[in-house]
Amino acid sequence: MVLNGIRMGAGLWRGSPGEMERAMTQSLRENLHLVSDPQNLDTSVDEVFHMMLGVACARSYAEVVPEDETITAVVGFGGLLSGACVFSSGASAALAIAAKLTGMEFAELDDTVKDAIGEICNMLAGTWKGRVPDLSANCGLSIPAVITGSNYNIHVQAPEFRLHHVYRFEDFTFSVTIICDGLQ
Amino acid sequence: MSELRVLIVDDSSVMRKIVERSLRQAGLEPMTVVEAGSGVDGLEVLKSQTVQLILSDINMPSMDGLEFLRQIRAQNLAAGVPVVMITTESSEEHVKQAILSGAQGYIRKPFTAEQVKERVLPLLAATQGV
Repeated sequence: MVLNGIRMGAGLWRGSPGEMERAMTQSLRENLHLVSDPQNLDTSVDEVFHMMLGVACARSYAEVVPEDETITAVVGFGGLLSGACVFSSGASAALAIAAKLTGMEFAELDDTVKDAIGEICNMLAGTWKGRVPDLSANCGLSIPAVITGSNYNIHVQAPEFRLHHVYRFEDFTFSVTIICDGLQ
Repeated sequence: MSELRVLIVDDSSVMRKIVERSLRQAGLEPMTVVEAGSGVDGLEVLKSQTVQLILSDINMPSMDGLEFLRQIRAQNLAAGVPVVMITTESSEEHVKQAILSGAQGYIRKPFTAEQVKERVLPLLAATQGV
């Protein structure tokens, strides 16, 4: 996966950067169960939706309701963990999210809606990694990329781990996927 | 109260509007908001306009928020004007980098209007007597 715009925090380390990275990687591998804790993702999603949209958002065990037009936002992780946070929904959920975020009404997936969904994905990615102390300062975020259309898939080969959860707010559903395709 | 001029720098137009709405909910009226979509555009604004408060994202293409901050100081623009960074990056190290680059405040996304008020009003009280 090629990620653009990645920066890595410097960290408070007195050894060489290589030593720091090796030590942190060991720590991340030893604590992989914390990094991949599903509860962190659920709490992050609820926090972002509660604070920015003023709605409760809970995990659903149903699939995302299929629609003809869908939207996907991707924010890449770089640094000690590489991978991505992927938000995906049908058009109706995206329009509702953009409306709540901006106070405006939308009829189609225009540039403002894409911008809003990109920002939601950015906040989800930042909040999720902020819950893991080793990741917070040592994993950068890319600028969001947003895709709209129908009948497309995003495929990552053999990720280290993958969390895929569906969420519901009001009558809308969407999914958030955390893909880790490498610990450096 | 005299009118405040505020510069909001973010590559997301949606986020610029949300920050503006939060400032108005914090009671910052009358207020004129000047928007910039990048650090480069923000610097151009500051070369030709006077503002009393700057809020900037960090993670932006072409010139990120920390470089924008350094350029403000290096070019001696907006002297004495408080700068608040608004960003998803929330580690202690990121906050330290922002403060060392010249920021006076830091707001983590996601945020509430109340949090914006808590961070911004003391800075304006110190510099503008608001």
